Amino acid sequence: MHWMTVISIWMIPFLICGILLYGTFKKVPTYETFVEGGKEGIQMSFSIIPFLVGMLVAISVFRASGALEFFVQFLRPLLEFLHVPAEIVPLAIIRPISGTAALGMTSDLISVYGPDSFIGRLAATIQGSTDTTLYVLTVYFGAVGIKKMGDALKVGLLADLVGLIAAIVVVTLVFGGK
Amino acid sequence: MINYIWVGMTLIGVIFAMVNGTMDAVNEALFKGAKEAVTLCLGLMSILVFWLGLMKIAQDSGLLDKLSALFRPFIRLLFPEIPANHPALGYILSNMMANFFGLGNAATPLGIKAMEQLKILNGGKDSASRSMITFLAINTSSITLVPTTVIAIRMTYESASPTDIVFPTIIATAISAVGAILIDRYFHRKRVRNGRR
Repeated sequence: MHWMTVISIWMIPFLICGILLYGTFKKVPTYETFVEGGKEGIQMSFSIIPFLVGMLVAISVFRASGALEFFVQFLRPLLEFLHVPAEIVPLAIIRPISGTAALGMTSDLISVYGPDSFIGRLAATIQGSTDTTLYVLTVYFGAVGIKKMGDALKVGLLADLVGLIAAIVVVTLVFGGK
Repeated sequence: MINYIWVGMTLIGVIFAMVNGTMDAVNEALFKGAKEAVTLCLGLMSILVFWLGLMKIAQDSGLLDKLSALFRPFIRLLFPEIPANHPALGYILSNMMANFFGLGNAATPLGIKAMEQLKILNGGKDSASRSMITFLAINTSSITLVPTTVIAIRMTYESASPTDIVFPTIIATAISAVGAILIDRYFHRKRVRNGRR
């Protein structure tokens, strides 16, 4: 599965070249446009700080106290049988509920187990491959005043489950079990 | 919901620390957690500035519009209830393109616009239509080409190759999107069978 890693590493530089070439071809003032768009990134990352501080402090306390390990140990026997690290379960549960909490947990897992560990890569893939279902539902339905959601929640959560299983399988296949 | 999770984690943590005698570690974690969050946001800034800058070029050059035109026939298959050339289709496509290229902030208003149009199509009722459920199902599985946030975190913690999860992430997200579409179809068939709308 080495070719997957090769694609991963080549893709972004290629994408960048493609966009820059197309922009130049269409006579867009590339550099000025880039700077203009980049400004939004500054504001965005600053606005995330309070959310992430709150979440990371709570998660760090939860982990450092031993509470996280206490809950995770109950899941370990079953999950070990399935070759899934139990450490990932809290993230999998929180991912559809809260975006920032999931972001906090992902970075916590990556900092504790290392970015290139199996758990670190799995956390990264789970974080990147699904969205916060509950948030999307609340915002989109709330904004236009839909009160009866029908099957939307069920469909969204089931799709998250599919994504979770897919992430576990793909990461195991590409990077090996450990 | 999020308030309970947040308070719950902190309180349970402190109570556990009392029992376990790990209060020292909790104190350390408090300040380390806060510091890491700020470091992380700075790491995120470098990527976000670069990516959003680049995406502005993609937008202004018309590349995103061109791509969304490419996806149009495919989207029409997914939303059989939306008439051709209805504005809802355009908003759905722009929303998906924005998500695809990691422009979450731009995606949300477009998504809301799409929902407004879908509501009009549904006669202004306050219940979710078939198209709305399909749209949300695809949206929550979030097909992303470049998971910028995740790359930033991996960079901050000094991964040997921060982008090596990009392709696995695309595969996982594609599977979950296909899953979402199939699950959505299944529930739609079930509704039709049960005689409900």
